Amino acid sequence: MTEAYWEDTMHSILKTSLAALVAFGATASTAMADAHSLSGELRITSDMSNPAPRAVMEGLVEDFGALHPELEIDLTIVDREAWKTQIRNALGANPPDVVNWYAANRMRPYVDAGLFADISDLWAEPEFEALASTKGAMTLDDKQWGVPYTYYQWGVYYRKDIFDQYGLSEPTTWEEEMANCQTLLDNGVKCYTIGTKFLWTAGGWFDYINSRTNGYDFHIALARGEIEWTDDRVRQTFANWRQLIDMGAFIEDHQNYSWQEALPFMLNGEAASYLMGNFAVAAMRDGGLTDDQLDFYQFPVINASVDYAEDAPTDTFHIASGAQNMDAAKEFLRFVTSAEVQTEINGGGALGQLPVNANASIDDDKFLEQGFEMLSSNANGGIMQFFDRDFSAEMASVGMEGLQEFMVFPDSLDDILARLEETRQRIYE
Amino acid sequence: MFPTPIQKRPRSAQITYQAFLPVALIVWLLPLLAVALFSIKPDADFTNGNYWGVPSSFEAFTNYGKVFFESNMPRYLLNSLFITIPTVIGAVALSCMAGFALGVYKFKGNLLIFFIFIAGNFVPFQILMVPVRDLTVSMNLYDTKLGLVLFHVAFQTGFCTLFMRNFIRALPFPLIEAARVEGVAEWRIFLYVVLPLMKPALAALAVLIFTFIWNDYFWAVVLTQGPDAQPVTAGITEFNSQFRAAYHLMSAGSIVAALPPVAMFFLMQKHFIAGLTLGAVK
Amino acid sequence: MSSADTNRSWYKRNEIAITPWLFLLPAMLFFAVYVIIPIGQSFWISLHEWDGLGDKTWVGTANYERLLGIGDQNIDRKFEVSFWNNLRWLVLYLLAIPAGLFIALFLNQTVTGIRLYKSLFFFPFVISQVVVGLVFSWFYLPNDGLFDVIIGWFGLDIRGGVLGNPNTATYGIIAAGLWPQTAYCMILYLTGLNAVDPEQVEAARLDGAKGRKMLWYVILPQLKPATFIAFVVTIIGALRSFDLISVMTNGGPFGSTRVLSFYMFEESLSEFGFRMGYGAAIAVVLFFIMLGFIVYFLWSMYQDDKGAR
Repeated sequence: MTEAYWEDTMHSILKTSLAALVAFGATASTAMADAHSLSGELRITSDMSNPAPRAVMEGLVEDFGALHPELEIDLTIVDREAWKTQIRNALGANPPDVVNWYAANRMRPYVDAGLFADISDLWAEPEFEALASTKGAMTLDDKQWGVPYTYYQWGVYYRKDIFDQYGLSEPTTWEEEMANCQTLLDNGVKCYTIGTKFLWTAGGWFDYINSRTNGYDFHIALARGEIEWTDDRVRQTFANWRQLIDMGAFIEDHQNYSWQEALPFMLNGEAASYLMGNFAVAAMRDGGLTDDQLDFYQFPVINASVDYAEDAPTDTFHIASGAQNMDAAKEFLRFVTSAEVQTEINGGGALGQLPVNANASIDDDKFLEQGFEMLSSNANGGIMQFFDRDFSAEMASVGMEGLQEFMVFPDSLDDILARLEETRQRIYE
Repeated sequence: MFPTPIQKRPRSAQITYQAFLPVALIVWLLPLLAVALFSIKPDADFTNGNYWGVPSSFEAFTNYGKVFFESNMPRYLLNSLFITIPTVIGAVALSCMAGFALGVYKFKGNLLIFFIFIAGNFVPFQILMVPVRDLTVSMNLYDTKLGLVLFHVAFQTGFCTLFMRNFIRALPFPLIEAARVEGVAEWRIFLYVVLPLMKPALAALAVLIFTFIWNDYFWAVVLTQGPDAQPVTAGITEFNSQFRAAYHLMSAGSIVAALPPVAMFFLMQKHFIAGLTLGAVK
Repeated sequence: MSSADTNRSWYKRNEIAITPWLFLLPAMLFFAVYVIIPIGQSFWISLHEWDGLGDKTWVGTANYERLLGIGDQNIDRKFEVSFWNNLRWLVLYLLAIPAGLFIALFLNQTVTGIRLYKSLFFFPFVISQVVVGLVFSWFYLPNDGLFDVIIGWFGLDIRGGVLGNPNTATYGIIAAGLWPQTAYCMILYLTGLNAVDPEQVEAARLDGAKGRKMLWYVILPQLKPATFIAFVVTIIGALRSFDLISVMTNGGPFGSTRVLSFYMFEESLSEFGFRMGYGAAIAVVLFFIMLGFIVYFLWSMYQDDKGAR
């Protein structure tokens, strides 16, 4: 152990008992309660409203409460969609201590308005080393504004039985992808299902084709507004995408469907694959697909000279800057990100996603294992947070609308790009 | 008297008319019949593409059972009730008084105030949206039924006052004069002379406002969220977000949500139509 | 004692002057706080840039310039689309008036069960627009929707489905809106027809008037009050079209079904919105469009009121 490490630790001891405990070798979380008793009220507002996440959140509060019997925890769970518009009010007057939100640019309005607390000190603690891979997504203006609690991979989920039937294997290059697709189409099966009614699904396709064509750095520069939408490299992305559209690779009328409404096409075999986040697996299994029928592959290479970059959106906890019980709030964030808790809440019986702590273990599930493998060893380009989190809000909404239009009327591309460029100039210049 | 009564037309025309009526009605109500059909179908019919055919099994009990016992529908329905009823009482009470003032008394600004009430009632909601939302948030009433009720009462007062004032104007004024001559206090005139005569107007307004508020969607979305305070119009799409579009449950839910105003309409039909068509005849 | 006495007598003396104000006070208070003052506030907000959280930044008329494309910028495309859609709504929604009249004439008979028929024809108006929107969006589903099936019999096909095709989506929504609105107009006309003066009709019949001529020269003039109200409620309904759009297409596909009221909501409160100043500017434009109609309505009512006294 280095001098610096000890100094760091000593510094933390003054502020938090947890750091002290870790420094003295106590890792069992039950020990925390004895050394440091938190009291008062801790108010948490969570958006984990779907059945499984809800159970996880309630379990978290129960366990944390058991560790700190003096602490009174008040949990409010709000609808996930509604929270996206309600968070502003919640953080305004009389805010809760801890709230759920998303990483990257989606934090920007609240950081700029001073509504999220700067928790860089928490990230300076040694045990946050285990979260290093997600630090970038939590950083704005060189400070950290929250902690992640889960993330999940994106990729192509496909019907293995249909692939086997036509003698297809998982493609690794764009040529193979297109050849596979042609075979499927020749046999009357659509290559991809997608529902673009709520736009964001098209954002996933753009993220992948753009980062595979031009690389991660280019993609992020575009997201930051540093590159013109009318740039030839962007056009190349759309040209690649158009190859699939012109083949008729996507299901028809997708602008009418939500992502859930597009699922039946894959369930009943009219379409063979779905570019989606791992959360779709639960719905596919629910729809009657067995693990023998369902498999996953990484989005193939388009341009061999750029590294793989992957969409892996991170969901987060934040402390409101107006929090009344800062100590307890920080303690809760430490608790949520600890290896033990991370293993537990991301397990197959709980969230069924990937833990953010490097020391946590991943559930025994073929999709999670493949996803973790892919993200940790085969995403050298970088991790994208997803179109609507990497791009600024206004650019994202105009952008995704353009992407949807492109998928239906690819001939309108010039007009669409001009419109996006106009928006970019207005927002960023 | 117009068009020519069918009784004066040839027998063949009468029969054609009588036969055509039910056909026209079915075509007119086709969309509703479709929802009714959807609501008794099993989920599997939609996955199999059997949208409009005969249900493969009769699942009304299952579907409506799910709506009532396994969803937030009962909560949303109760919310709707707790939003609608106080609004009806509040708006009717306020507008009775305002209508009395504007209908009975002559004073400077009477017509101006009356026209402000009418004009405000025609204003597009959107121009009120941001300030009303801020106001509600700052009073700590965001996402509460009370917040929604207060706004609805205020806004509906415009329409109700127009209604009440015109109704009171049509009352026999000598009655009020007579009471005054006898030295009855003005507030007593309101309570004991005018109010009893206003019963039909009260009933008409109450059913109308009940329907308007029950069916409100815009303000429900702007001022509330989640099952704690949201009314049924905003809650109904919840069936959609859980998994794929659950047509059978949404249909059953829609029918349940539509039932209270429909019942209100059929029970109070006379008053309802009297309210809606006020001013349609001279 | 004596002061209470004078108070009372002062009140007594001025009872007739004070009472109306006392009775008006609660309604005026509510109306001012929730309707009149917010209109002013929206004007004020529209001159700022504001995300609803922090401080407002004064930008003068910049929001309006961007909206209308004044100076060296193009007109806001979304605004342009919304504005034209609003006009479509205004014009096509008025079809509810003749359609309502037509059904009213059809049902204005005395045969057994006609009252029930009238109620059932009116029925769609009582149902929430959210439910109407859901029902019609199923009706319009591509491939599986009844509408698609029916036009399929005639060998027609709408690419992307009615609501998925930017050329048809707005019309599809307006058609859904016309359903309850026609019912409303119908009931107005049925009531109006009840009050038509039978003597005039008889007199006209003796003069040989019938059919369309009778309708145009004798009946319609007597239905003028009903037509006026139908016009008022239909115009307001058309400019308020929000629920149906929100439920049926959410503004899509690619924004082709937006109207001003929806666009305003999107800019101010949707997931990627929170541009309150810009949203308020849209609302102000909508308000001025409406104001034209409001002034006309009030003027008509004022004329009536003068005639009545």
